Amino acid sequence: MIAEAGLAALWLAAALAVLQLVLAFGPAAIRTGRSAVRSVAVAQGALTLFAMVMLMWAFAHTDLSVLLVAENSHSAKPWLYKLAGAWGNHEGSMLLWVTVLGVAGAVLAIFSRRMDERTFTAALGAQGALALGFFAFLLFASNPFARLDPPALEGRGLNPLLQDPGLVFHPPTLYFGYVGLSVAFSLAVGALIRGRVDSDLAKAMRPWVLGAWILLTLGITAGSYWAYYELGWGGWWFWDPVENASLMPWLAATALLHSVNVLAARDSLRAWTVMLAMVAFSMSMVGTFLVRSGILTSVHAFAVDPQRGTFLLALLALYVGAAFALFALRSGKLAEGPRFELVSREAALVGNNLLLTVILGIVFVGTLYPLFVEAVTGDKLSVGAPYFNAVAGPLALILALLVAVGPLLNWRRDSGERLKRLAIPALIAATVFVIALVAIPGGSLLAKFGLAVAALLAVASFLPLANRKLRRTPLSTWGMVVAHFGAAVAIAGMAGSSLLTKEVLTAARPGDQVSVGPWTVEFESVTPAAGANWTALEAELHASKGGGVSVLRPQARFYTDPPTETTEAAIETALSGQLYTVLGKPAADGRWQLRLWWKPLVTLIWLGGALIALGGALALGGRAWRSWRKERAT
Amino acid sequence: MKLVRLLPIALLVLIVAALVWRLANPPDTAIQSRMIGKPVPRFTAEPALPGKPGLSSADLADGKVKLVNFFASWCVPCIAEAPVLAEIEGRGIPIVGIAVRDRPEDLAAFLAGHGDPFERIGADPQSRLQLAFGSAGVPETFVVDGKGIIRMEHVGPIEPDEIDDIAQAVEAAR
Repeated sequence: MIAEAGLAALWLAAALAVLQLVLAFGPAAIRTGRSAVRSVAVAQGALTLFAMVMLMWAFAHTDLSVLLVAENSHSAKPWLYKLAGAWGNHEGSMLLWVTVLGVAGAVLAIFSRRMDERTFTAALGAQGALALGFFAFLLFASNPFARLDPPALEGRGLNPLLQDPGLVFHPPTLYFGYVGLSVAFSLAVGALIRGRVDSDLAKAMRPWVLGAWILLTLGITAGSYWAYYELGWGGWWFWDPVENASLMPWLAATALLHSVNVLAARDSLRAWTVMLAMVAFSMSMVGTFLVRSGILTSVHAFAVDPQRGTFLLALLALYVGAAFALFALRSGKLAEGPRFELVSREAALVGNNLLLTVILGIVFVGTLYPLFVEAVTGDKLSVGAPYFNAVAGPLALILALLVAVGPLLNWRRDSGERLKRLAIPALIAATVFVIALVAIPGGSLLAKFGLAVAALLAVASFLPLANRKLRRTPLSTWGMVVAHFGAAVAIAGMAGSSLLTKEVLTAARPGDQVSVGPWTVEFESVTPAAGANWTALEAELHASKGGGVSVLRPQARFYTDPPTETTEAAIETALSGQLYTVLGKPAADGRWQLRLWWKPLVTLIWLGGALIALGGALALGGRAWRSWRKERAT
Repeated sequence: MKLVRLLPIALLVLIVAALVWRLANPPDTAIQSRMIGKPVPRFTAEPALPGKPGLSSADLADGKVKLVNFFASWCVPCIAEAPVLAEIEGRGIPIVGIAVRDRPEDLAAFLAGHGDPFERIGADPQSRLQLAFGSAGVPETFVVDGKGIIRMEHVGPIEPDEIDDIAQAVEAAR
């Protein structure tokens, strides 16, 4: 019954999406104003949420008469992973996608009271149109509630790599981010249909962009850390197509976040902001398509299904094509916003937007280039880290310099007087650069520049607070400072760890000593260990670098259902970096492969990511608090 | 209308065209099994069912080309594969089975419910045999020629439209 209830809710929600579309765009006689569309959108969101809860219920109780549960779950799994199994597969994750889309539409319907009525109605209509396509995809090509008759006796289990707290939060976080951008898309479509793009639109769009961007930041940061400790390669970013698929919407959202501020404050960059809003969600759809169709070779081994791929591609072409066509037809009617001079906050933000867009283009081209080449010439090739680092790296550093400059400029026009404050940070950066050149022979020049730029930005990010009463500074300004500082921290982590990492791969017997960087690691023993659904060989390592001794226990795990081997790295976090240890295969003579890395500064990467997200949260919280107080005052 | 406003659509068309091409021409990600061309590992497997003969490597070198099917009663895709195996057997291709981590009573129920195309079924209670064949899951099917040399490995259930591929591999191994 539970599965049928979920399926029925999905069909009803799809019917409501049709109604939402008709109420928004149908003949004038049916368009009964915002209240009807609003109620429909709320009901549609509630029904999709209900369907998602039903699926989670089936997974929580391991209902093996549901095909999806039988194929992806197992009664012996810990309950948290049973629940997470609901979105650890194609159908369930698409249902989660649609759920977020529906709930986002409902929230938009409830909270956007002060918006232009026609823009609002058209935006909800666009949201309904988006939902409708993905409902069709679920119901016709990916039904998560299909029954299995007779029921299975036991489930097939979940890929052990995914049995990790990371999986519980990483995909939903990213999905909330991806799909949160749908509201920005719908609002842009609504504004183009209405023919009016102004600061009101920007203010309605901003919390959505900011919220989605925070979640994308968190999702990418968490995903990067998960890959780092779970895959046992010691790397934190692989320029894998699926990673890129999450990075591209983030880049577009970062650009949009800044241009929407220009539109809100100065009423400028109208057409550009609308275009970016469309591109940002398009990138989310491209990402979903790349992941779900499995057409690009990736470490993320998702099921390849050309039929589903075709369906998703058709949806993508339809929505993005319609939005771009609307842009081509209507954006010419948008009046130019107020002008600004070359040295101004606006100009710096335009620079930021251009750089981010170029980086986005680089990642996009790099991800799809092998496909283009093979389509045209038949040659197979792959594009890897060297391309992305060499091309996107320098641009990212230029962008970071601009981040130091922009907040010091006034809107519209600036004498550049306050730029003199950058003298001290610049001096610090130069010092850091010289030290890096002298102290670290070899190593990439780009990474040394990276350290210098990080030092400059770390100091410069606080300059906007200079000469201000700190307690009266708006929370959103604090948010900007924290996020920009976070960027500096992350850059320092990336550059520092790539310059200073020491790696040792050795075969050792229990009793042997290995040294890596400042650490001396004593290999004590290898003993068996067991968990709920796995057995493992566990090494005991005693590591020290002068002070106390830390015990690390890296494991080579063997999961029974399905039978899979994984490595569980053991990581010791010190203030200055991380010691990362992996237990490899036994050799015939009683020795074991050990891989040890000393990674100075590496933790700064994720700390920086967390700070960036925190900055976003401060800004979002500050703005929400302000508008709430304003509403109460009136 | 300025032409530049059409640029996004032009880019979209280009990208969608490339993606359509890729969907129509899926990348070849097949990995050749390293067991192909090698003799099957030496083994003797107890009968998995009372009354049905077990399996040993000697049985696989009796001069006749065979399919060796790793399966289990607890394996859902094996249920889907059962009618396909029946059809292959109907074409006169002998099939022997290896039941992975199974119990005789479960196995008997499975064969009674979904048909029994197997000449012999060996038991592999600890998956040892499966690992020795270089197989990682169930179902998997090997084409073994008359001298006991592995000629083809098929991972996952054999789909109805793959029966001809299997039959051709068997023909080539003769």
